[in-house]
Amino acid sequence: MGKAKPRPGFESWGRYPKLQADVVPLHWTTDFPLAKAPAARQLPVGLGRSYGDVCLLENGTLLATPEMDRLLHFNEATGVLRCEAGASLKEILDFAMPRGFFLPVTPGTKYVTVGGAIANDIHGKNHHVAGTFGRHVLRFELARSDGSRVVCSPVENPEWFAATIGGMGLTGLMTWAEIRLRPIVSRLIDYRGVKFHGLAEFLDLSRTAASEYTVSWIDCLSTGKNFARGIFMQGDHAEIPGPLRRSREPKLTFPFDLPQLALNRYSVATFNAFYYHRQRGNEKTGPVDYEPFFYPLDAVLKWNRMYGKAGLLQFQCVLPREQDEHGVVEVLKAITASGLASFLAVIKVFGDVPSPGMMSFPAPGITLALDFPIRREASFDLLERLARITLEHGGRMYPAKDARMTPEQFQAFYPQWQEFARYVDPGFDSAFWQRVTGRRPLDD
Amino acid sequence: MTNSGAGTSPRRVLALGATSAIAEATLRLLAEQGANFVLVARSEPKLAAVRDDLLTRGATAAIGYVSDLNETESHAAMLAEATAALGGLDLALVAHGIQGDQAEAEREYAVAEAILRTNFLSAVSLIGWLANYFEAQRRGTIAVISSVAGDRGRKSNYVYGASKGGLNVFLDGVRNRVDRAGVNVLTIKPGFVATPMTAHLSRNALFAAPGQVARGIARAIEKRKDVVYVPGFWRWIMLIVRMIPEPVFKKMNL
Ligand SMILES: Cc1cc2nc3c(=O)[nH]c(=O)nc-3n(C[C@H](O)[C@H](O)[C@H](O)COP(=O)(O)OP(=O)(O)OC[C@H]3O[C@@H](n4cnc5c(N)ncnc54)[C@H](O)[C@@H]3O)c2cc1C
Ligand SMILES: NC(=O)c1ccc[n+]([C@@H]2O[C@H](COP(=O)([O-])OP(=O)(O)OC[C@H]3O[C@@H](n4cnc5c(N)ncnc54)[C@H](OP(=O)(O)O)[C@@H]3O)[C@@H](O)[C@H]2O)c1
Repeated sequence: MGKAKPRPGFESWGRYPKLQADVVPLHWTTDFPLAKAPAARQLPVGLGRSYGDVCLLENGTLLATPEMDRLLHFNEATGVLRCEAGASLKEILDFAMPRGFFLPVTPGTKYVTVGGAIANDIHGKNHHVAGTFGRHVLRFELARSDGSRVVCSPVENPEWFAATIGGMGLTGLMTWAEIRLRPIVSRLIDYRGVKFHGLAEFLDLSRTAASEYTVSWIDCLSTGKNFARGIFMQGDHAEIPGPLRRSREPKLTFPFDLPQLALNRYSVATFNAFYYHRQRGNEKTGPVDYEPFFYPLDAVLKWNRMYGKAGLLQFQCVLPREQDEHGVVEVLKAITASGLASFLAVIKVFGDVPSPGMMSFPAPGITLALDFPIRREASFDLLERLARITLEHGGRMYPAKDARMTPEQFQAFYPQWQEFARYVDPGFDSAFWQRVTGRRPLDD
Repeated sequence: MTNSGAGTSPRRVLALGATSAIAEATLRLLAEQGANFVLVARSEPKLAAVRDDLLTRGATAAIGYVSDLNETESHAAMLAEATAALGGLDLALVAHGIQGDQAEAEREYAVAEAILRTNFLSAVSLIGWLANYFEAQRRGTIAVISSVAGDRGRKSNYVYGASKGGLNVFLDGVRNRVDRAGVNVLTIKPGFVATPMTAHLSRNALFAAPGQVARGIARAIEKRKDVVYVPGFWRWIMLIVRMIPEPVFKKMNL
């Protein structure tokens, strides 16, 4: 075991921007504040599954939390789990599934930490009934860089509770949290997939579907009669007792960075046609395992390499319901017109369960999430156009999936940002926060 | 239960240095099988976190015992109490250790001595007591985390390496003695593992996760192995390292 070498950097899932930082693993909740106080600003990070720069800090100290993964207490009667903030949703599923419990809310990957899930107040396919992840958080401990620690809940330090949920890691380090899991009797999901043609059909399906989970894949390349075609997917936990075993570990890792050219409008159009027609009839129903239902992409580790070294950009917005159709049509048209390929395009209607965080992203309306390979000007121009459309239609964008919002846009999306700023730990900062408060320019 | 016990997960487990990342990952696997633990570590808050985690994951019981293992004079009382609490012992895992600073150890004997005290002398005291206990009990496993660094001295960490090399020889002798009493002695030789001990190093492809290493250790315990390299490829790396002739080796930068 040799000498200390400079630490490797930390990348977000989009691998853009690329910023050098010092990464210090926290193994114990007592490792913070660091024994040797860092000269630069700090930021807690989880598994780096945010796409943009909320989990980055140039020349700063990133406090890596995934080794803080202990499960501290579980009450089988109430489903309340207390765990350290670095525990991942994958570890929680491995633990909970054989005991007949499931996550209250899950994103499209299980490789995120509890701390990251709270700090971005993430949402899942059950947003319309369950609200955000933060709604299922009972309490957590918040450690500040001055060495103080407070327990936060809706009744203890409620203002810190609200500022930290969706607080993008800026209010301090969460050391542990208590979340409420939901009981299930089987791994299986009763699934139904229905094809739709156009937004009106999509909205109809969303209005009438009574399922706990709903989400749709939408084709963003086709025009004409295929414009806005897609598959509406819905599911419910099976009610017939079934298998509750733990999942197998994924065997596949995307082996290398694909060259830039590989993802273009032709390969993506082919993929889209394949995906759309893979489901034969108009409708498909039956039981499916929860893994492919919730985490289709987790089967291949490091799949972001598919986008090459340059990485990818995500765009996710929510547009309020009154104006939704027009806004969504404009967004889709802008994308089709740009010819930039996005094959992981997802659309969903959010419910009106209020989000508990001061800065939470979800709000009632339609949400659209898309990713694009980075082709400098072209993708940046498109994102700028999409941000403008979002603003015009009274919507907002999701910080966890953003690397390009301007300060003006962010401050219009989140007018409460100045109030939030009062809760930011003076020792903490992030590349995102620097950017949207006008302290870090966008590189072009 | 029979003497051999091969293939069954140990029920009564004593962990010395239970807050080590490698130990903790190993204990989690045993907790899932419902093991009963006495956990010894020197830091109270860390010990509490490990104990809570093991209990949550399925341990039948877990008692924490705070002790600085350098204090050899308290070993006998502590071990007697621990084994009494468990009503016998299926497995003792000795995991504590320090990396130490090689450069400082070259300048200052006290630093070298501290490395030897923790990694070698305290282990000699603990394992000495345990060998007598297990020999009388006529069954069980003593598993000790040593290191690949003990296989050959290198200029970058030979004091640490010597502490582990000494430990290896000691364990060979104990094994030779207690095998006939049906007691298994397992020498565990991890390569690079991503734990607090190596947090200051940049983590290259050779680094294994503690969970991966733990699965190798659990398997070796179950199979009653004598020596195990974890991950397994280190066996081949160290075979080559040991084969390099000394006239060549002494010129190398390792
Ligand atoms: C394939 C894929 C699908 C996704 N699907 C969804 C989805 O459906 N819905 C959704 O909402 N999101 C989704 N996401 C985004 C992802 O859920 C969020 O970005 C999540 O926050 C990532 O968690 P992480 O542990 O990787 O944290 P990181 O990305 O490392 O960090 C996220 C934020 O959390 C903060 N943070 C982390 N730990 C702590 C802590 N202990 N204390 C304080 N702050 C902390 C960081 O400072 C940062 O601001 C998806 C991402 C991927 C890659
Ligand atoms: N990590 C590697 O790459 C690697 C490689 C080969 C071998 N090993 C060996 O693996 C074993 C476990 O180390 P690790 O990698 O898991 O690192 P670790 O997490 O740092 O564990 C070392 C443990 O030893 C404890 N300890 C040290 N001195 C002690 C004392 N006097 N009394 C009681 N406890 C004491 C530490 O307690 P505190 O936390 O309270 O300090 C810590 O829990 C060690 O023997 C090490 O030499 C590690």
